[in-house]
Amino acid sequence: MDLAFSPEDIAFRDDVRAFIRDQYPTELHGKIEEGEELSKEDFLKWHKVLASQGWIAPAWPKEYGGTGWTATQRYIWSEESAAADAIRLMPFGLSMVGPVIYTFGTPEQKARFLPRILSGEDWWCQGYSEPGAGSDLASLRTKAERFTAEDGKEYYRVNGQKTWTTLAQYADWGFFLVRTNADVKPQEGISFLLIDMKSPGITVRPIITLGGEHEVNEVWLEDVIVPVDQRVFEENKGWTCAKFLLAHERTGIAGVAASKRGVERIRDVARTEQDAGQPLLANPFFRRKLAEVEVDLAALEFTELRTLAGESAGKGPGPESSLLKIKGTEIQQRLTELALEAAGHYGAPYFRSFGEGDNESAIGPEFSRRAAPVYFNMRKTSIYGGSNEIQRNIIAKMVLGL
Amino acid sequence: MDFNLTEEQTILRDTVQRYLADTYDFETRMKSVHSGAGWSPAVWKAFAEELGILGAPFSEAHGGLGGGAIENMLMMEEMGRALVLEPWLPTVVIGGGALKAVGGAVADAVIPEIIAGNAIIAFAYAEPQGRYHLNDLVTTAKPDGSGWVLNGHKAVVKSAPYATHLLVTARTGGSQHDSGGISLFLIPADLAGITRRDYATVDGGAASEVYFENVALGADHLLGAAGEALPVIEHVADEAVAAICAEACGVLRVLHKTTLDYARQRKQFGKPIGEFQVLQHRLVDMFMEVEQAVSITLMATLKLGGPEQATSASMAKAKVGRAARFVGQNAVQIHGGIGISNELSVGHYFKRATLIENQFGSVDHHMARFETLSYGA
Repeated sequence: MDLAFSPEDIAFRDDVRAFIRDQYPTELHGKIEEGEELSKEDFLKWHKVLASQGWIAPAWPKEYGGTGWTATQRYIWSEESAAADAIRLMPFGLSMVGPVIYTFGTPEQKARFLPRILSGEDWWCQGYSEPGAGSDLASLRTKAERFTAEDGKEYYRVNGQKTWTTLAQYADWGFFLVRTNADVKPQEGISFLLIDMKSPGITVRPIITLGGEHEVNEVWLEDVIVPVDQRVFEENKGWTCAKFLLAHERTGIAGVAASKRGVERIRDVARTEQDAGQPLLANPFFRRKLAEVEVDLAALEFTELRTLAGESAGKGPGPESSLLKIKGTEIQQRLTELALEAAGHYGAPYFRSFGEGDNESAIGPEFSRRAAPVYFNMRKTSIYGGSNEIQRNIIAKMVLGL
Repeated sequence: MDFNLTEEQTILRDTVQRYLADTYDFETRMKSVHSGAGWSPAVWKAFAEELGILGAPFSEAHGGLGGGAIENMLMMEEMGRALVLEPWLPTVVIGGGALKAVGGAVADAVIPEIIAGNAIIAFAYAEPQGRYHLNDLVTTAKPDGSGWVLNGHKAVVKSAPYATHLLVTARTGGSQHDSGGISLFLIPADLAGITRRDYATVDGGAASEVYFENVALGADHLLGAAGEALPVIEHVADEAVAAICAEACGVLRVLHKTTLDYARQRKQFGKPIGEFQVLQHRLVDMFMEVEQAVSITLMATLKLGGPEQATSASMAKAKVGRAARFVGQNAVQIHGGIGISNELSVGHYFKRATLIENQFGSVDHHMARFETLSYGA
């Protein structure tokens, strides 16, 4: 065992650092530090830079357009990206449906969808949760009936409602879990469909969340016609894809590198903000809470590194990823609590937006503007991707055998 | 010992509770939020005229109902329960409390105006550098003839956009952190030299940054003795803390009940989620937090005006601040995604609970104050 980076890793880190410094779009500077809401264009600007560099999909196998990086290099990449406050790209194409397609898809599906995910041409959204199927995802009821059309080809007719669909308002495509057999155990009658979001019968309605953001949506499907060749893997075997994808989602969800940067940011803020004529960082209570986050984050980071090492040795992400999800999201939420505490009175003013066209000066310190909305927004992290209660059930059952 | 309300207090509470239940539903409140005003003058007028409750904590000599801290507690709990935006805290509790504390001609003049609903007072005490320290002041009032000249910047002054009066803390002597040299002024909100930057707050209210530039004050704007106002300000802040704790109790009772109802009705895995033991225990923990918040709020309220006022207020705010976070966060967690939607009331109660945590001092601030008061610096 050795913690030190090899000379090759150090050279790689220097390359990555220089690349981000030189190529990260200048117009995106400052957006992450201030917790700004990001537009589709913001994401795509950075996406396209990475795509042309060939660095868009570090986790993918090389044959499908991945970087072929080692686990250490991927770790370096995420550390450097977070340290530079670079945008984290949305996971729906790159980390979710992409791996499902290259793992379970047909050669035609791989050729049709993977290049467009890499290029950023298609924006993907995730049609999983339903109003009646949240934690109990397998009880989903969106129905897909198979039929043969006049053209002699087979299609599904899809009816139902999905909810909490993140940034569906931008999406070109969605991957949906649908019920194709209602007469079997819930998990055994689900299929995984790729649906063109421009299909007739799809309606996307915004859900405004506590910070005033339009981030999530309801997606209604009414007699949406989907060719059978847009089903991934076998009919009624979609749960296999779903579980594979959720385990992938959970590791990314830990957000270790971003939280490390978050700790630094709060430390900087607490050096400037005053409390009784001293820097807030000298307040023993605040100081201890921040230190506790750092300690927990170090333990989480090395838990993630152990998981990554296991993955390089050929073990896929397993139920252990639930630990990363729980601890990672708890730390993310604690950081937002500390930011709001640091803001003091200036946590109260409400800013709907302060993007282009809004040249009003800040009220209170810059960091405080988004402290409360981000705190509210980040409550989602212990709910989404399988709530933290569900993750504990997974560990109890799959890891501890209870 | 007697924890029973008097008949008058019971009637007062029930009247307000019924009025708010009938007229102050969530949609009506959200209209005031979305209007950008952050309050409804019509509701305040109804408090004054239709209900006649603004006099509850004032003496009969001032035209009030003869109550005090208990009445403020009862009213603030109802304000919390209905998530009321209107300025009971700054006007009745804080403005009225300061006037009661200093008494004299100004109290005789302004308290009846509060009771009539004509005077709306905003408390301009916080400063950008000061956090929760009432003595950390750089706003100055310099003697000028028989009056004063006021200069400075007050931060996040709640209800200032629509206030008729500002209750302002300022230095008439000493340096930034001194306890001495602090004075309290009650001034008309539209004096020459006062400018505001108004904004909405995340919990649906309205506040301002208030700037004073060579504002000429008369001698009669001073409340109490010049340079000796910190004890009055601390007293009023303790009363405000007790009142906010009572508001929190109302907010948290609703959060708990709403969540309990949801857990009974929401089904996953073929049964109500309230049947899962992990959520049962969470709801029990929330319940215990709420009950303890109610208890310690009562303690702080009953000890106002006595020798343990300051320690009790800080104990209560620390305990209630923790309860607000725990109950608020878990209410959202148990609701799942819809807890984060702006369309349901639960998220708005959570937002208010979150701001209550830091209003008039965070948990850390009040734990430290309690420690210093009890164990020494």
